[in-house]
Parts: sequence; C-alpha cells; structure tokens
Amino acid sequence: MNNLLIMPVIIPLIVGMVLIIFPKNIILQRALSLFAIAASGLITLNIMNQILDDGIQTLQLGGWEAPFGISFVGDMFSVLLVLTTCIVAFCCLIYAFRSIGEKNEKLYFYPLFLFLIVGVNGSFLTGDLFNLYVFFEVFLLASYVLISLGGGKKQLRESLKYVFTNIVSSAFFLFGVAYLYSITGTLNLAHLSSRIAEAGQDGLITTVALLFLIVFSLKAGLLLFFWLPGSYSVPPTAIAAIFAALLTKVGIYAIFRMFTLIFYHEPQVTHLIIGILAAVTMILGALGAAGFMDVRKILTYNVIISVGFIVAGLVSMTEAGLMGSIYYLIHDMIIKALVFLIGGTIILLTGTSNLREISGLIRRHPALGWMFFIGALSMVGIPPLSGFLGKVFITQGTFEIGYFWLGGIGLLASLFILFSMIKLFMNAFWGETILTEEEEKGSTKGLIFPIALLLIFSLALGLGAEGIQVYVAEAAEQLLNPSLYIDAVLK
Amino acid sequence: MEFVIAIVIGILVTIGTYLLLSRQLLRIVLGSSLISHSVNLLIITSGGLKTGNAPLLGEGKVGFTDALPQALILTAIVINFAVTAFVLVLSYRSFKVNGTDDMEKLRGNEYE
Repeated sequence: MNNLLIMPVIIPLIVGMVLIIFPKNIILQRALSLFAIAASGLITLNIMNQILDDGIQTLQLGGWEAPFGISFVGDMFSVLLVLTTCIVAFCCLIYAFRSIGEKNEKLYFYPLFLFLIVGVNGSFLTGDLFNLYVFFEVFLLASYVLISLGGGKKQLRESLKYVFTNIVSSAFFLFGVAYLYSITGTLNLAHLSSRIAEAGQDGLITTVALLFLIVFSLKAGLLLFFWLPGSYSVPPTAIAAIFAALLTKVGIYAIFRMFTLIFYHEPQVTHLIIGILAAVTMILGALGAAGFMDVRKILTYNVIISVGFIVAGLVSMTEAGLMGSIYYLIHDMIIKALVFLIGGTIILLTGTSNLREISGLIRRHPALGWMFFIGALSMVGIPPLSGFLGKVFITQGTFEIGYFWLGGIGLLASLFILFSMIKLFMNAFWGETILTEEEEKGSTKGLIFPIALLLIFSLALGLGAEGIQVYVAEAAEQLLNPSLYIDAVLK
Repeated sequence: MEFVIAIVIGILVTIGTYLLLSRQLLRIVLGSSLISHSVNLLIITSGGLKTGNAPLLGEGKVGFTDALPQALILTAIVINFAVTAFVLVLSYRSFKVNGTDDMEKLRGNEYE
C-alpha cells in the first residue's frame, strides 16, 4: 500500500475543480495550475525512487483487496511516463500563459488542462481495465473541449471528426471489456494476466486481443491515424503540443500494457500483426512528412512515424527492444512538445503555416532557429542527443528476433524524418528575411523560456543517459516479467 | 435468453453503423448513441442473465446474480450520456458556424 500513488491523479483533479469556481481570476488560475503540475511531478519523482528500492508499488482503493476493488499500480514504466507527462505539461502550461489568449483563459482553459492531465496520469497508473476506460474518457472529454476551444470554423469541423472517431473506438473498447469479462470473469489487469496464463490464450482470447489492438491503435494513431493530421493541426499551439506529446502516447502505453502483461502468449500472431501495422504506419507517415509543405502537417506526420517506431520495439519483446521503446517514448514526448511549440511560434510570427511563404526567420530569431535545429537532430537520432539510444536499442531488438525488415523500415523512416525536418528548417529559417520587425504578427516574448526548458530536459535525457539507464532497465525488466506485476498486486 | 439478446445487440449495432455512415450530423449522433446502448446491453449479458438472488449477504440465500456488470454499465451510461450531450451541443455550434450539417461539405480537403 502506498497512498502517494493516487496523488498525481487527485492533485490536478481537486485543483481543477476549485479553479472552476474562479474563472475570472487569471493570476490564481495560472499559479494554482502550475503548482498542481509541479507537485504531481515531485511526488512522482519520489514514487520512482521508492520503486527502484522496493519494487512495484500498489494501492488498493478503499481498502478493497485486489481483485475485488480497483487497484492503482505504479511500476517503473508507468511512473516514468507520469513524470514525463508532468514535465511536458509544465512547459506547455508556461507557453500557454503568453499564447493562449485571455478569452480562452476565461473559458476554463486551466481546469480543462488539469482534467486532461488527470486522465492521462490515471490511465498510466490504474491497474483495472474498466478504470482504464474511465480515465480514457476523462482525458478524451477534456480533449474534446480543448480541441474546439475558441470555436473557429476549422476547429469545429475537425473536432466533430475527432469526437466521432473516439466515440466509436470507446464503444469498441467496451465491447472488448465485455468479451474479456465473460471469458475470464475479472477485469483486474494482474488477475486477468494470471487467469489467461493458467487457462492458456486460445483463439477466442487472441481475437479479443486484436479487438483491443484496434481500439488502442485508433487512440495511438497506429495505422488508423486518418483523424490525426486534421485534429492536431487546428487547436491553439499549446494545446496542439500537449496533444501531440501525450494523447497518442496513452494509446501506446495501453498497447504495451496489454501485450506485455496479458496477451503475450501468442507473439507469432499478435506481435507480428503489431509489427506489420508499425511498418505500414512508418511508411505512410514518412510519405506524409516528406510530401506536405505545411508546418503543422509535417509535424503531425512526424508524430505518426514515431508511433510506428516506438511500437516496433514492443514487437521484439526482448530486453533491448523494450528498453529502446521506453527510452524513445520518453524522448518523443519531450521532443514532440518541443517541435510543436516551435512550429506554433513560427506560425504566430508569420501568420501562415505554408512553408513557401516563410523564409529567413533565423536572422531575427537565432535562438528559435538553433533550438529547432537541435530538436530536429535529436528526432533523427544524432549520437549525443536523446533520440539516439532509443533508436539503437529498438533496431537491435528487431534484429535480434530476425525482423530485419522492421528495423530496416525504422531506419529508413529516420531518413525521411531528417529530410522533412531539414526541409522545414531550410525553408523557414534560411533564405532571405522577408519579414521586418513591424510586419511580424506576434512576438516571441515569454515563449522562448518554455521551449528552452524542454530542450534542456531533452539534452539532459541524451547526455545523462547513464543516470536514467537504471530506471529504464528496471522498467523493461518489469515489463518482461509479468509475474512481478501480478505478485505486487495480488500478493 | 442470452441468444435473443445477442440478436438484439446485433440489430442495434447494424442500425447504429448505418446511421453513423450517413451524411447528416444528427443521424451520426443518434448512430453513435445507439452503438453505445448496444454495448451496455452486451456488458449486462456478458455477466450472464441468470435469475439469481440479489447479491446481499446475510439474507440467508445462495446463488447470487453477478453485480459487477451492472456497476459497469451504470458508469458507461453516465459517460455516454455526458458525451452525447456534449456532441449535440458541438454539432449545433458547428451547424451555426459552418452553416451546414452535411459531413460531405465538412471534409476540409483544402490542402489537396
């Protein structure tokens, strides 16, 4: 029992509810939201070190023993993601102060933002399948409102598609829950895992596993990403950045959890299908990133490539592959927020997202340009930066089990990332400076700091890989040994 | 009994899918709502439609009905209710702002 586990969920929840009462007091809203995110992050750091010392931490809500009550489980994988969520949310929140606009701030932006974090953190920490569904709905509802916040024409149009896609996938989620419950008679993840391990994973359970794969692929943008480029292009920058950094990653987390803890008995069926999905996702994402000449489209297609790449590490189910995935997942959450914030700043300065109309920003904004350049190199995986280790390990993992095609496509996709990011860099930052100071549509005042903060975290992740290695290795080991998770929950 | 309910669920999903594929916003909302209802039916059936006793201890009875699916759909219904309410408002706003409720006109492929 560890009561701290509930804190990253309950602190933003309570603060968010309090903030609903004071929609006009912007200073209070800003201060309290920052406090809530920072407090959650610090507590998570504490939990992380406890896990390193004492193994997986659990909390049985209301004192109801598992599998009868709802369990909260903090293993290293989920806690690492919660910590990264808090870091990214903190930076996006600071960016929002200057960029989101007073109108949106009074339209309950901060409570909604906190509820989004509640849902994301809760999804990472819960140990119950139905509770996972509830937390999915919590962050989805918050994201429905955030994506349409402001109510522009395009926003409303895209948010409708986003909402309907997610309603259908939520319905499928519940279909899966119902089937799994009627087969196994439990919804506790640890209990599910042990029961399926006892009874064997027959064809019916594998079919249900594939149903869950469809659901989480829709949320993660794994192959079923048709909704993603549209809906991530329309909201204000701070919101788009937090979406790109967090929402698809929750889907990825769910795929990892289900296919390492519960449905890991038939890898030649399920994991091979995941591998094919990942490969196709990377190819399509690479084509999109290379083909478009629009800042936001290029960045959203880069999100899609990375989803395919992270999941490729899961396919291997080796220690190297999983370590690579975890490492790349953390790196990707930070770096996607970073490039989305920079992309949004470019659009703010120029008033357009069409790359053909943007040129020579580096003369007046050298900091922005070089930070983007470092971020781009990091995404490609140039050695000392944070993307490198993840790529090495994932490629190693796929090669170890003989899926050379998957690793190869992953490396090829990196080339396309390089191409698309350099295309963006050269078009937007190099060339003739066409905007004078007066012609710029906005100012970068106060926007550079959160971007720089994210870059520092990213650099620390790359240069300080040695220190983070212990945590990532621990997380991979816990994912590979479901018995650790089961023993911690069921005792 | 489970067999009959399974057919009902199938019919509901069919109608829901048909409505989801139509062009009018309101029909799509109704379709999504119908699918969610069929899911609720499925969950309650997944626990088995036994005619057992109420799951209360101390009444001296044996053979209880599984109470968990009922608790699950209670939550699912509430969530579905909130989402449907939100979608209706969103659709109305979109209709006012965009001037159409035809999804064909809301494609937004200006990039192509």
